[in-house]
Amino acid sequence: MSGQPVLEVEDLRVRLRTPRGPADVVNGLSYTVGAGETVAVVGESGSGKSVSVLALLGLLPSGVATVTGSARLQGEDLLTMRPDRLRQVRGPGAGMVFQDPMTSLNPVLTIGRQVVEGIRAHSDLDKAAARRRAAELLAEVGLPDPEGTLDRYPHELSGGMRQRVIIAIALSNSPALLIADEATTALDVTVQAQIIDLVEKLQAERGTGVIWITHDLGVVAGIADRVLVMYGGRCVEDGTVDDVLENPVHPYTRGLLGALPDLAQPAVDGVVPDLATVPGVPPAPTDLPKGCVFWPRCPVRGDARCETEQPPLTVIGSADVVLPHRAATWCTERTFGAESPGVGRTFGAESPEGGLR
Amino acid sequence: MTAPPEPAAVSLKPARPRWRETLGLLARNPTAAVSAVLLLAIVLIAVFDETLAPQGPNEISVGDRLQSPSWAHPFGTDDLGRDILSRVILGAGVSLRVGFLAVGIALVIGTVIGLLAGFYGRWVDDVLMRIMDMLFAFPAVLLAIAVLAVRGAGSGNTALAIGIVYIPVFARVTRASVLGVREEVYVRASRSVGASDLRLLTRHVLPNAAPPIIVQTSISLAFAVLAEAALSFLGLGTQPPNPSWGLMLAEGRGFIDLAWWLAFFPGMAIFLTVLCFNLLGDGLRDVLDPKQRTLMAGGGR
Amino acid sequence: MVVLAGVSVIVFGLVHLVPGDPVRLALGTRFSQDTYDALRERSGLDQPLVTQFFDWLGRALSGDLGVSFRSGDTVTSLIAERLPATLTLAFASILVALVIAVPLGTISALRPRSIIDRFATLISQFGISVPEFWMAIVLILVFAGTLGWLPSGGYVPLSEDPLGWLERLVMPAVVTGVVSGSVITRFVRSSVLEALGADHVRTARAKGLPERQVFTWHVLRNALLPLVTVTGVQLAYLLSGVVVVEIVFSWPGLGQLALQSVQARDYPVLQGAILLFAIVFLVINLVVDLLYTAIDPRIRR
Repeated sequence: MSGQPVLEVEDLRVRLRTPRGPADVVNGLSYTVGAGETVAVVGESGSGKSVSVLALLGLLPSGVATVTGSARLQGEDLLTMRPDRLRQVRGPGAGMVFQDPMTSLNPVLTIGRQVVEGIRAHSDLDKAAARRRAAELLAEVGLPDPEGTLDRYPHELSGGMRQRVIIAIALSNSPALLIADEATTALDVTVQAQIIDLVEKLQAERGTGVIWITHDLGVVAGIADRVLVMYGGRCVEDGTVDDVLENPVHPYTRGLLGALPDLAQPAVDGVVPDLATVPGVPPAPTDLPKGCVFWPRCPVRGDARCETEQPPLTVIGSADVVLPHRAATWCTERTFGAESPGVGRTFGAESPEGGLR
Repeated sequence: MTAPPEPAAVSLKPARPRWRETLGLLARNPTAAVSAVLLLAIVLIAVFDETLAPQGPNEISVGDRLQSPSWAHPFGTDDLGRDILSRVILGAGVSLRVGFLAVGIALVIGTVIGLLAGFYGRWVDDVLMRIMDMLFAFPAVLLAIAVLAVRGAGSGNTALAIGIVYIPVFARVTRASVLGVREEVYVRASRSVGASDLRLLTRHVLPNAAPPIIVQTSISLAFAVLAEAALSFLGLGTQPPNPSWGLMLAEGRGFIDLAWWLAFFPGMAIFLTVLCFNLLGDGLRDVLDPKQRTLMAGGGR
Repeated sequence: MVVLAGVSVIVFGLVHLVPGDPVRLALGTRFSQDTYDALRERSGLDQPLVTQFFDWLGRALSGDLGVSFRSGDTVTSLIAERLPATLTLAFASILVALVIAVPLGTISALRPRSIIDRFATLISQFGISVPEFWMAIVLILVFAGTLGWLPSGGYVPLSEDPLGWLERLVMPAVVTGVVSGSVITRFVRSSVLEALGADHVRTARAKGLPERQVFTWHVLRNALLPLVTVTGVQLAYLLSGVVVVEIVFSWPGLGQLALQSVQARDYPVLQGAILLFAIVFLVINLVVDLLYTAIDPRIRR
């Protein structure tokens, strides 16, 4: 699983120019993705997840976005790359799957054209050969009648089928890294599961590194090796999927997990229990709080520094493991359990002995 | 049970266009602000035309024929020795009156048709909009010409003709806008507590459907002024000796080689007025109708 | 079809509302009762209105639009005579318009809020606001008068004198082309801007396509759809609405014919012209729909 990482992101920052002034959408994000590894980036909408990956491939509108930091894809920094080279990297270096399959394909061009043009942009294949390759790809992502599908238009396919096409496009140049930005959010549950299985299968076959962006913790548990929880453009907690999901430390992560309906215990008589949610809304990136980004919504606020000082990302438990569990919070387990009896209710699924190990 | 309280729609009702805010946003758009100020000036000139004009519009002075612009006659004089500046000033009143009247006609009739079509849908919509399509199928200028042929030339009939031409434009804009708000929560909420159709239309639908209509009004005023000038230019609109800008252009056309100012100044007056209405419309669109539901330059052009 | 039926009723009805007796007008002041009755009968004006309508409609469907009261020529021949000039001007104008609008609108959309965008927006506002007859007069003054480069008006067929044809076509085509081009520029800008922001453009970029290819196939290709619509609308307008420009440049087109027939109360010619314009409008709409199905697979079945 480890070895030379496919992607190393260091201190990624994105500032967008908006009518309401500069917005700091991503504030110092660092992580790595190994070959064959899946990193899930979790957070609410507006937490900067999508922007952070669009910035990697230079897909944010230039002139509006300022991106700093470094992001080395197989050793080469994407952020300082010449536009020409970046174009060559998009595709063979990193493929991307987007949230809304309904709008991510051009409605007026055939599926075949849209797959073929991606292949031909990075190879010398002639049209016929590229078309054969396209058909193979469509078969690989599990589309029935791949030949026929090539001549169809996006509106003739269902959402799930379109997302398969987009995955085929993303994989068409055998990228080292696959970025899936809320790739299953717009799909219904059964199709979601199929798409996730597909990506896992292809990843296993090819050894692709995957960044999976989602706000759906159910998906994270199923697919991820590592989890990175984003809030207010920062990483507030990361670690292996077991560490983060089973022993969450940051109050925000705990809130998100409380918001997760317990799938292990299906509701009686098909009644779905009410979702516990984290009250409030994420901070506006134009106006981030001075201290802990989560402070205004935090039900714990157990430390004097919460309001004034930004907590650093610190290792929790053992630092000697390959993937240490880290969190950025002033809270320690004991203080918030004892001082805030309300927390237990808000953050429903709290394991009795969770926390520091 | 006691009488139900007023529909609990207070919080559901979206903010109506707030005039203060709208004006504030407009003021921050320099082109729109300048246009609005200029238009205000033009309207004031039109209102106080008699006082402002240095001469009567038809004061003939044979000794002063075809004078080029000078201190005595800043815009020069025409072939009868009439002062062009005075005629341009007095022409503002004619142009604006016809423009406002025409747009008023189109606005009232078109908005009512659009409201009914959009609100009731089904056959009401079909019938009304089909009729609008028929009107729309006529070339605007020719439709106006045809109306004038039936009713005879003159300012009032010109306004009527232009108004008729623009009815379908307002009907379409209003209908589209109404369709957008018809299913909004506050409309359904009011309907569910039994508000009458009339009350729904006037209290809830119209105010919320208004922004694109306001934008369309400004843009249509531009085209109405232009159309009045064109029809008068063709001799079908305002009749001599009244000082309409289009008419002055037509009269000046014959002297274009000898005295350019005869046609130049009235043309400039038309151009500036139309430009200001258009720029104001653009500014209003940015502020009120970011989704751009208004027909851009529908009808005449 | 329903629209066309309605249009023909309106055309017929409109013309018959015109005050004044055309027969009297055609005959002048001195005529005998017998001549009057004879002409009345020959024109079918002594029949009841409904009979007249179906008579007219039946003949119109077979291409017989009647006979001009004034000249005695058939309406069809009068229209056929004017058609080449009108078609020439309309297509030349739309060419000028597209040559201006497509590059200008695209460049503004690519650099929104830049100097060039603001400039293009302002220029197109000027173009929309300028009275075309005034622009025509100014052009004549400069290019025909002062500079003497071009003839001030008229029309010669291409087959007779290609150079003269072109010389006379330039100014009217530029005037109407600039106006239409300004309208189209705004549409091109907004549709390219919209296409640029579409999700599928991001997908195309993420594939690593060269920027040129992204722009041609994922932006321009998609912006083509609204362009076809607005070009159709403008073409319909150019084929029918340029009466004023035809008058100023003495261009013997259909608009001029229509205006002359209004002034002369020449019912059959006016009916024929307006009916033709309405048909042109509907045909262009049909062609636009067909083009749409050709370029937008979502509409295909």
